[in-house]
Amino acid sequence: MHDFQFVTPGTLNEALKLLAKHGASAQLLAGGTDLIVKMRVRHARPDLVLDAKHIPELNVLKLDGTGLTIGAAVSCRSIYLDERIAARYPALVDCTALIGGIQIQGRATVGGNLCNAAPSADTIPALIALGAMAHLRGPKGKRQLPVEKFCLGPGKTALRKGEMLIHVRIPKPAKNSGAFFLRFIPRNEMDIAVVNAAAAVVLDARKTKFISARIAIGAAAPTPLYVEDAGAVLADEPVSENMIAEAARIASDAVRPITDMRGTIEQRRDLAAVLTARALRGAIDRAKRGNR
Amino acid sequence: MSTKKRVAATVNGDAAEFLCEPRQSLLEVLREVLSLTGTKEGCNDGNCGACSVIVDGTLVNSCCMLGVEIDGCEVETVEGLARNGKLHPLQKTYLEETGMQCGFCTPGFLMSSKALLDAHPDPSERQIRHWLSGNLCRCTGYDKIVRAVQKAARMLEAER
Repeated sequence: MHDFQFVTPGTLNEALKLLAKHGASAQLLAGGTDLIVKMRVRHARPDLVLDAKHIPELNVLKLDGTGLTIGAAVSCRSIYLDERIAARYPALVDCTALIGGIQIQGRATVGGNLCNAAPSADTIPALIALGAMAHLRGPKGKRQLPVEKFCLGPGKTALRKGEMLIHVRIPKPAKNSGAFFLRFIPRNEMDIAVVNAAAAVVLDARKTKFISARIAIGAAAPTPLYVEDAGAVLADEPVSENMIAEAARIASDAVRPITDMRGTIEQRRDLAAVLTARALRGAIDRAKRGNR
Repeated sequence: MSTKKRVAATVNGDAAEFLCEPRQSLLEVLREVLSLTGTKEGCNDGNCGACSVIVDGTLVNSCCMLGVEIDGCEVETVEGLARNGKLHPLQKTYLEETGMQCGFCTPGFLMSSKALLDAHPDPSERQIRHWLSGNLCRCTGYDKIVRAVQKAARMLEAER
């Protein structure tokens, strides 16, 4: 690995100052499961590595009356081990509990997954479906943007010079809502998604009609894709296999996949439809059972 | 070369103070600075689990962590399993069930198995396979390893 300076900022201000000063030559280290591997193969060569794990604001994991805050340095494992969070946001458990093995989950963070901006990132579709907002801080102050606007391309994010992700904020699930995430891989564990998908639905009080839905697909475009139209078509429509098929068709048309070692364009397009339908069925099932 | 950092940690119950470069992974530090060569380097990119150790109760791949990150932490490696010349139940059952052939992956499997039994003293087969999914064995196959973990769980239960 190349030589670099390592600093452990104890406050957000200290980290922001260092980021402002060193710009692109500084890199924040959360779980390290992407960054350290990238540095080893020289895909990343920061001169300064800032450990994010001692900055209090980045370690917040807090459920409150209006939603959930996940600090950028919070591990996947601490999210799915929190029973209150698991009960309220099972789609977060779906994704955080299948990234890598137990070793990776103990270190890898949702914030890091987002900032790594891989098209196949497993937590991002669920964040998008759940309507999460990315909260950023930089030299010009605070700003927030919807998670679907955070990734700009493979490895590219909307973060500006000197800016960092502080946390993602997920709103409180609506009444009669449910969300679900799944991915397709050719084995049982430890693989990168060929395609992944998340859906979140809000049903009416009788749970026979959609009020709204949000659908996101991963590994099928340069970024995890929010397929707004696939969710919008369901609004005010009955909960039916026909409508699920219609949303799946829209999602499949919206993706822009590539052919690579994990799958072909055709397979990914097909998977986008299949996984959208399955994610919707899973989300509907949770909404009906009161298990969000 | 960047300045070496002073790191103070607890390794297998003993205080350890050492100097390391920021670019050295925890795996490198364990093997080359602390001479704890039980932990193995397999893929060196977080896929194979041969370098698994436990840091502050959390199972991690030591190749995906920097040595400087363990300042103030408690680290458990395979060297800490046997006590006073007596094998840990997992070490015994891996031997009895032949949960290894070449043995290269074994330290990692042992640490993952230990982390599992620390968290779930009576794991189901499914739980065992899930917890060990981050560890690759290319010779034994996993059934014997699963049986070794099941047997160790029973031994530990009997000891309690």
